[in-house]
Amino acid sequence: MTSVADLMAYDEVLDRFDPVLGLEVHTELNTQTKMFCGCTTTFGAEQNTQTCPICLGLPGALPVVNAVGIESAIRIGLALNCEIAQWCRFARKNYFYPDMPKNFQTSQYDEPIAFNGWLDVLLDDGSVFRVEIERAHMEEDTGKSLHVGGSAGRIHGAEYSLLDYNRAGVPLIEIVTKPITGTGERAPEVARAYVSALRDLLRALNVSDVRMDQGSLRCDANVSLMTKDATEFGTRTETKNVNSLRSVERAVRFEMCRQGAILATGGSILQETRHYEEVSQSTRSGRIKETAEDYRYFPEPDLVPIAPSREWVEQLRATLPELPWERNNRLKADWNLSDEEFRDLVNAGALELIVATVDAGAPADEARSWWVAYLTQQANTRGVELAELPITPARLARVIVLIAEGKLTTTLARQVVDGVLAGEGEPDEIIAARGLAVVSDDSALLAAVDEALAEQPDIAEKIRSGKVAAAGAIVGAVMKKTKGQADAKRVRELILERCAEQ
Amino acid sequence: MSSDLTRFTAAELAAKIQAGDGEVHAFLHVAAEKAREVARGVDADVAAGREPASPLAGVPLALKDVVTTEGIPTTAGSRMLEHWVPPYDATVTARLYQAGIPILGKTNMDEFAMGSSTENSAYGPTHNPWALDRIPGGSGGGSAAALAAFQAPLAIGTDTGGSIRQPGSVTGTVGVKPTYGGVSRYGLVAFSSSLDQAGPCARTVLDAALLHEVIAGHDRMDSTSIDAPVPPVVEAARQGLSGDLSGVRVGIVREFSGEGYETGVTASFEAAVKQLTVLGAEVVEVSCPHFGYALPAYYLIAPSECSSNLARFDAMRYGLRVQLPGAGAEEVMSATREAGFGAEVKRRIMIGTYALSSGYYDAYYGQAQKVRTLIKRDFDAAFAGVDVLVSPTTPTTAFKIGERVGNPMSMYLADLCTVPASLAGVPAMSVPSGLSADDGLPVGLQIMAPALQDHRMYRVAAAYESARDAADGGPLINRIPELEAVKA
Repeated sequence: MTSVADLMAYDEVLDRFDPVLGLEVHTELNTQTKMFCGCTTTFGAEQNTQTCPICLGLPGALPVVNAVGIESAIRIGLALNCEIAQWCRFARKNYFYPDMPKNFQTSQYDEPIAFNGWLDVLLDDGSVFRVEIERAHMEEDTGKSLHVGGSAGRIHGAEYSLLDYNRAGVPLIEIVTKPITGTGERAPEVARAYVSALRDLLRALNVSDVRMDQGSLRCDANVSLMTKDATEFGTRTETKNVNSLRSVERAVRFEMCRQGAILATGGSILQETRHYEEVSQSTRSGRIKETAEDYRYFPEPDLVPIAPSREWVEQLRATLPELPWERNNRLKADWNLSDEEFRDLVNAGALELIVATVDAGAPADEARSWWVAYLTQQANTRGVELAELPITPARLARVIVLIAEGKLTTTLARQVVDGVLAGEGEPDEIIAARGLAVVSDDSALLAAVDEALAEQPDIAEKIRSGKVAAAGAIVGAVMKKTKGQADAKRVRELILERCAEQ
Repeated sequence: MSSDLTRFTAAELAAKIQAGDGEVHAFLHVAAEKAREVARGVDADVAAGREPASPLAGVPLALKDVVTTEGIPTTAGSRMLEHWVPPYDATVTARLYQAGIPILGKTNMDEFAMGSSTENSAYGPTHNPWALDRIPGGSGGGSAAALAAFQAPLAIGTDTGGSIRQPGSVTGTVGVKPTYGGVSRYGLVAFSSSLDQAGPCARTVLDAALLHEVIAGHDRMDSTSIDAPVPPVVEAARQGLSGDLSGVRVGIVREFSGEGYETGVTASFEAAVKQLTVLGAEVVEVSCPHFGYALPAYYLIAPSECSSNLARFDAMRYGLRVQLPGAGAEEVMSATREAGFGAEVKRRIMIGTYALSSGYYDAYYGQAQKVRTLIKRDFDAAFAGVDVLVSPTTPTTAFKIGERVGNPMSMYLADLCTVPASLAGVPAMSVPSGLSADDGLPVGLQIMAPALQDHRMYRVAAAYESARDAADGGPLINRIPELEAVKA
């Protein structure tokens, strides 16, 4: 275990070294069936109920490629600005592991379906960082092992292991970046922003559930340091088990500080796999292998080569949806926001919520104002992310519509929203239960107006003498008397009418 | 054929095998129950006046134990799968059932189809019905022996480097390796995926053709299955039976001769060529300069693929598990593989693992694949000038059990003439070609054709067969010495 004393201060790391990153992201495709058989892919099904002779690797069973999986791979490649292979093959990656039914993984080796692309990543300060993509290739997922007994669920020291093959054969796309250099202090941020941008992209393509918590998006972070005068990259470590965007950022930062401390004392970095530990926010060494793994890749003889025709590739290109950065530019223009305003809203995690609220029928500026002002305040008070607040865009949209229809005032609306946040149900139910409807009965309002005018005769006199602006004070008094349930505009009209009559 | 052989029931055959397979040991399991069930279905069709499911409906068959059968054990001749009962039928199995063919049982074989003598079976060798101290060929010795011993009129084999053809040759039966991709591999316990091919075994060319049409044809469960019409092999066999081969150009491969070929085999081959000329074929000599590298290339490619294909036998999900109290998964895997695989299988896994290792891949597996391409080109060049190629099926007649066990290289030489067609994926078959003057044992004639031209070799084989039968006064198989004993 690395103690704090073994870490170099981040600023010092940056003073002495340049970080180099390489990110490998695995995404499970959301195809109906597995990559090489007809089994379904539902997450969380009862163990070993989504299996067949093929994905269990029974003797004699053979794979057949899922065409939708190839289609998704090509669309991902195109969205990442990659070239699409004219001809490529699957390859077998041979190694023994109990959760791998055939003891080889059907993957791609030196002939990936997509290669040489890039992804522009938006950083917190609004600048754009271009991450070069080495390749995107297709492969199948393994089963899951549950190691019982022993420490930390690891195979070593476990009493026994349970195997679930539901996931075995689920299609995966592995997206590998070229070495990412020139990030300087922003290395951890670039790593996080890249995975985040990739997640948004995959979601927009509707090819994956991109749930890091469920493992449908997984990131392995390769980190190395090079001294300022070095011409070659340093030895890298590969950190696995990085299961959230925050973890990506923390894992990179931790590795930089850990490696910096080792290099500074003349030590050398061991090329190894490390595991990120969420609780301690640190990485620990994986099992050291006595011999380097030799995967003995060779072309998969049970599958035929894939040669996507250029016509097909162009047809798929035409199906690409508006990509996240294109949409952002459009929304920024539509909503008439500055770069800074738009970035704030993205950073606050409000973008998707606003879009959903607008989709549910609210005007954009109203939706934006609610999410970035009142609701952000509420989220901060509660110490949660905006998206974690117990209010749906649809419910907020309903509140906004009720305001527009004059059935709620802003003050009342906040009370309704508070009710929603408190779990009291739909806005309309809360209005009924709390009695928050706007008082639209003129006779009730007139009584309150008369009362207020009588209480402040000097102001009443001013209004009668033409100083219309003075009406504000009476409006305030009426609103107070009606506990905010009056439409201020109507109140003002009634005051002016009253004064004109008298 | 004598008339008593034309009337028997599937049930009788199954009972006969159960009672008297000891001497030959062609079968590993007898599936009498299931065979009767299928036979009853055919009877019901006949009784109801319905069209039979196929021309072979009701004709029983022996299935090599490498083809999966739901509910019937499938061991691939290995201790590793001793008690494994597959939960699914291979496509070949399913097509046999659809054709109304009762499967009598599963036949013995070299473990995971690796061998040329059936001595590598974990369940003991099969004996050649022509001479019980001789091997029946391999790996499909059980299927060929079952035919020769009149235990079954039809059989299915699989051929990776000669495992259908060489047993056919040494047992005086017909064995066909169709075009690669012609018959689905779904449900064949894999040895070498790019080479494995199931095919028909029978006592006559026409029987083989009829069976060929039952099992062949595109299967979407096998990506390497060819989506093309099945070559008209039955029609070609019928055409060939007329005995006329005029207009057919036959090539003799110059490289298939010389050292290592027994005198009796060479003499039989020369007589066969003469016979083909008599039937009207035009015979020319062709050169396939890279065939000499076929055997070494084969013994790199096949082991490489097998090292990966057999990795799945790890005790985790099915098959043998060596219980080691307190041991981890890795140790159990290792102990199980140590105990479950025989020496030849281990040898090939090790060779293949080595050939695929980084640093050796280019020199071995990569180089072998290049040789494979050159061999394909040799075939292309040869077939530009001839319709079929002929050669001896194997350089020797059946050798004695135990004779080559200690010398893998001499065992591998049995595949000398059969591996080029395997590497190129072209169809090839062995047809009986009389008895060797050396030892009185059967010799086979190999006929090879271009991919998807399987019918060409059937035509030549049928013509040759009918000419020989006429000259010899009946089929070669009727001269099997033990025949009376086995029939009893």
